[in-house]
Amino acid sequence: MNPINKLIVQPALNSFLNREVYLHLETTNGAYAVHSHESAMTVGAYIRNGRIRFGRGIITGDGPYRVGLKMELGWVYAEGLTDFEMEQEGQLLLAGHDQEGRLAVALELSLTPFEL
Amino acid sequence: MEQHVLVVFPHPDDETFGCGGTLALFAKSGIPVTYICGTLGQMGRNMGKPFFATRESLPNIREAELEEACQALGIQNVIKLGLRDKTVEFEDPELLVDRIERILREIRPSLVLTHYPGYAVHPDHNALGDVTIRAISRLNALERPIVYAHAFSRDCQDVLGPPDIVNDISSMSEVKLAAIRAHRSQSQGILERISSGKFKEQSLENSFSHLLENESFWTYRF
Repeated sequence: MNPINKLIVQPALNSFLNREVYLHLETTNGAYAVHSHESAMTVGAYIRNGRIRFGRGIITGDGPYRVGLKMELGWVYAEGLTDFEMEQEGQLLLAGHDQEGRLAVALELSLTPFEL
Repeated sequence: MEQHVLVVFPHPDDETFGCGGTLALFAKSGIPVTYICGTLGQMGRNMGKPFFATRESLPNIREAELEEACQALGIQNVIKLGLRDKTVEFEDPELLVDRIERILREIRPSLVLTHYPGYAVHPDHNALGDVTIRAISRLNALERPIVYAHAFSRDCQDVLGPPDIVNDISSMSEVKLAAIRAHRSQSQGILERISSGKFKEQSLENSFSHLLENESFWTYRF
């Protein structure tokens, strides 16, 4: 992955507009957050292969970045994004890494299902 | 009974951090070791340091790391259950018990190492440990292997008492360290913090050197 460049990521988001796309969305503070005294709570959530369609998708902020995807009946939102990758055709990976390089948040879009 | 060690853990690297030295000792003495690995650790948040994995490339990377670590430890046979990281506790437990029971009846292990259900912190650890114990309890008492249960929750010693199996693995510390290094996406961060002396907890260096000297287990009582 490389540090996010909005000039590249914004057109990439646009390429998914008004299409059936597969979504991977997650945030985590690690399965051992409480055990290792890093946090009072272990929290995390993920969606793997949610199918969505959005008519507006924006990346904003000065880094870390935020992304909002506006759907007919709702929103997809992620905050703390730092890095991106577009190596696979029809797939955009966005992730937020902490100072230790650990993944804290991810938002990924794909025209084909993500591997299980 | 012919000796054969069966290891059941959900994530690539559980075998190394929790009991790599013990497994290396068994392998070195010629006892076959089979590892049932539940998932590919697809949802780990460690991506290497500096990070080199993505959420999408992580499973293949960890699968290759697992192979290298198993070579280092002398584990010759790995059975991958193909489950997904963080979802083990949501699967139908009866199906998992059936699958593990079939492997038990085929391999006929003399010893099984798994997580102590309820005392292994990560929900995947507790869930896979639980179905493994349930599968073993289906065997009649005479064919039932000994079970070394691995526990590390903060309350485990208070509730379970001190571990009854404490293995001195110092003769295998280099082997275990090689296996830890093989799991590079998961271990680079902690190895860097230790070598640079920048650890958050003063106890980290101690607990890490302890990791290379001793491994403790509770014999599970059926």
